[in-house]
Amino acid sequence: MWQFFHKLGSPKWFYGIATRFMPWLLIGGLALLLAGVVWGLAFAPKDYLQGNSYRIIFIHVPTAFLAQSVYVMMAVAGVVTLVWRMKLADVFVKAVAPVGLTLTFLALFTGAVWGKPTWGTWWVWDARLTSMLILLFLYGGAIALDRAIRDEKSAARAVAVLVVVGVVNIPIIQYSVEWWNTLHQPSTFKLTEKPSMPAEMWMPLLLSVLGLYLIFGWLACLRMQTEILAREARTRWVKELVLAGRH
Amino acid sequence: MAFESFAAFLVMEGHGPYVWTCYGVFFVLMGVLMLLSLRQRRAVMNACRRRHESGQERPASATQPTASFARVEVSQD
Repeated sequence: MWQFFHKLGSPKWFYGIATRFMPWLLIGGLALLLAGVVWGLAFAPKDYLQGNSYRIIFIHVPTAFLAQSVYVMMAVAGVVTLVWRMKLADVFVKAVAPVGLTLTFLALFTGAVWGKPTWGTWWVWDARLTSMLILLFLYGGAIALDRAIRDEKSAARAVAVLVVVGVVNIPIIQYSVEWWNTLHQPSTFKLTEKPSMPAEMWMPLLLSVLGLYLIFGWLACLRMQTEILAREARTRWVKELVLAGRH
Repeated sequence: MAFESFAAFLVMEGHGPYVWTCYGVFFVLMGVLMLLSLRQRRAVMNACRRRHESGQERPASATQPTASFARVEVSQD
């Protein structure tokens, strides 16, 4: 166990493992996502209340779900950075923040476009939407803070503190639909109950969520590799790696 | 199939523009993010390779002094 933990801290070991997993993550992710999206767009029955606009759910829920779970992962990595000073944890936070920003933006955008035909408005300042907007700013803040501080170690610690403090926003997003009266409908998936939609609707949704998860995994590996290469540029193993790749 | 024809699939009973905008923006943004990430890694790799091939271990920029916070005494009269 401890040996595994130590290996996990080694950028070189991670680089090799990531190279091995990445093709599977990409192929699996694209296949699941496309299957879910095609199923959802063309074959799932239409919603009796919302009509066809509900088909946006098959990308809205995956992006919103990932946006929050990526933030939680970043916060865990932030704790690891602060407590154990593990290099890879900081590499993860830095590599993944722009992905989280994109996902949050997509969740907000698809939500707004879905809201127009369904509620008659693009945007309201209610609890769910506002807390999601705060998540967008937290991602942006983490990226900006990292760029503003020159020294790599100080930047890592400052960003880690920001990300860990900001995690308080996640339960607010989660429970906003239950604590306050919002326009937003309650969650589709709950751990404790069966989904309230028929299987032909939640099955494709589950596929697209899993698919986007795998694609996120691929993106995280790829971007972490870039960050590792940049940081370890002067080490012997990077030298061997880049010179071996020459044709 | 939930639709009778391909045209009906595109129109989606009037909700087509909303649905297709969402899917379009999603795939374009994710695609751009994935391509940029790939290109970024290639760029960093090429930069590393060039540096190691030329035998220069440190980039020129690393030797330049960066801004400091040292106090500078300036009269404010």
